[in-house]
Amino acid sequence: MQRRQFVQTVGAGSAVAGLGLMSGCATSGRASGAKVVVVGGGYGGATAAKYLRLFSDERIQVTLVEPNANFVSCPMSNLVVGGYKKMADITMPYTNLEKRHGVKVVRDMVASIDPDKRTVKLASGGELPYDRLIVSPGIEFMWDTLPGMAKAGARDKVLHAWKAGPQTLALRQQLEAMPDGGVYALTIPLAPYRCPPGPYERACMVASYFKTAKPKSKVMIFDANDGIQSKKGLFMKAWKDHYDGMIEYRPSHRVIDVDAATNTLKFDFNDDFKATVLNVVPNMRAGDIARNTQLTTANDRWCEVDFLTFESKAVRYIHVLGDAIQVAPAMPKSAHMANQHGKNCAAAVVALLTGQDLQALPIYANTCYSFVTANEAVHVASVHRYDAVKKTMLPVPGSGGVSKAASHLEGHYALGWARNIWADTLA
Amino acid sequence: MKANMINKLKWLAASALCVGTVGAQAEVSQIRLWAAACATCHSTGGHAQEGNESLAGKDKDEMFQKLMDYKSGRKPATLMHQLTAGYSDEQLLQISAYFAAQKK
Repeated sequence: MQRRQFVQTVGAGSAVAGLGLMSGCATSGRASGAKVVVVGGGYGGATAAKYLRLFSDERIQVTLVEPNANFVSCPMSNLVVGGYKKMADITMPYTNLEKRHGVKVVRDMVASIDPDKRTVKLASGGELPYDRLIVSPGIEFMWDTLPGMAKAGARDKVLHAWKAGPQTLALRQQLEAMPDGGVYALTIPLAPYRCPPGPYERACMVASYFKTAKPKSKVMIFDANDGIQSKKGLFMKAWKDHYDGMIEYRPSHRVIDVDAATNTLKFDFNDDFKATVLNVVPNMRAGDIARNTQLTTANDRWCEVDFLTFESKAVRYIHVLGDAIQVAPAMPKSAHMANQHGKNCAAAVVALLTGQDLQALPIYANTCYSFVTANEAVHVASVHRYDAVKKTMLPVPGSGGVSKAASHLEGHYALGWARNIWADTLA
Repeated sequence: MKANMINKLKWLAASALCVGTVGAQAEVSQIRLWAAACATCHSTGGHAQEGNESLAGKDKDEMFQKLMDYKSGRKPATLMHQLTAGYSDEQLLQISAYFAAQKK
């Protein structure tokens, strides 16, 4: 019997649970040589890779497959759009995962996954075997819901900037090139989408830039939802206090198409709207690799998981993290949450591969900061605890809440949050 | 059902052989995982980056008292009162002990 097969058998759980437990008590873990492949180096995947190494005392071999050379943070990317940070401020290397934690980082795309053979095929042609696979692909846009965006050049002109990277900078450049008196229009998809408060923060950052550089300009927000999705009172106050007359918010405006050539939005019930700069955040679903592996069991969009292990409800030995999952009640699709998923999944995978008991009571928090001016921020926080009867994570009654008011102190903490989550995820 | 029962018996046998170490180990892992949730803002092992408080190697009793004061509202906070409200007193004590035991 090959070592890998042995570990797989132990990891499989039920058949030899007793054996697994006994090996678990003798020394903590016999998973030397067990292989975990992590697909996607965002907040979920990078955290899982690092904590798999930490929680297994470096016994588990971890390979992280990520196509980008560097990590670019979505949180704080609205500050780049507003002109208050540079791309370099939100860009970090993956080198510490390799140097400090012994994660093997492979710069590649995953072409396909074979759940029966338990192998991952890379776009470059290589193949990686796994005992357990962690898929953290983030989101993909549902372009088919906006037919006009399929036209040549449309997606280079009308930006989403909802995956931090080249589009973040490109949107900033469009705003800089826009003449004073122009109109910037941001469209928000129906929830659930990545980063519930993100669009409203972006509106603040763009308006803050206009206020000093282009005071005759306007920010239009068209929200497919019937109201502000996060920190509603705080955003409304910020818009009134700082950007009165500059930001206009229109709820229940669902975009059904975009004419990129004329910068025109088409809605299901409302009149067309033409803007100087269009920023369309399309509907979202889990990344392609999740869908192609039949993990998107919820509405063909999101991946249902067991919240004790993050194992897919559809495919064994594959775990899914971050924005790609079908979230538990009141659980946002956020970087903070993806980082929490990564740790809880890592602990579960280590337990499964070493035959130890699973952690029976996951508890973790979420915190999302949003800047409303260049220096002032607001937050929403929540604590989520596993409910063994409902088999899901639920907010703990009496916990959580939002800021009393926007403040410089919270702006300071927001930057501290960013430095710490970056270190916790990557360093 | 039958498989579950067999597993349970195996578990009992295994835990008897381990003389409680499995349970103790599981508890340690559980507390470590709860503490890892704090690391998102206070960094891995509580070795915080600039901007937020470092927790590694701090006095256990002081840390616990501070968390309890946040929870009761005695100590003003931007969000720690909202987060500590999600944990039992015992969990806050266990998390304090975990960070106190980390090297500074």
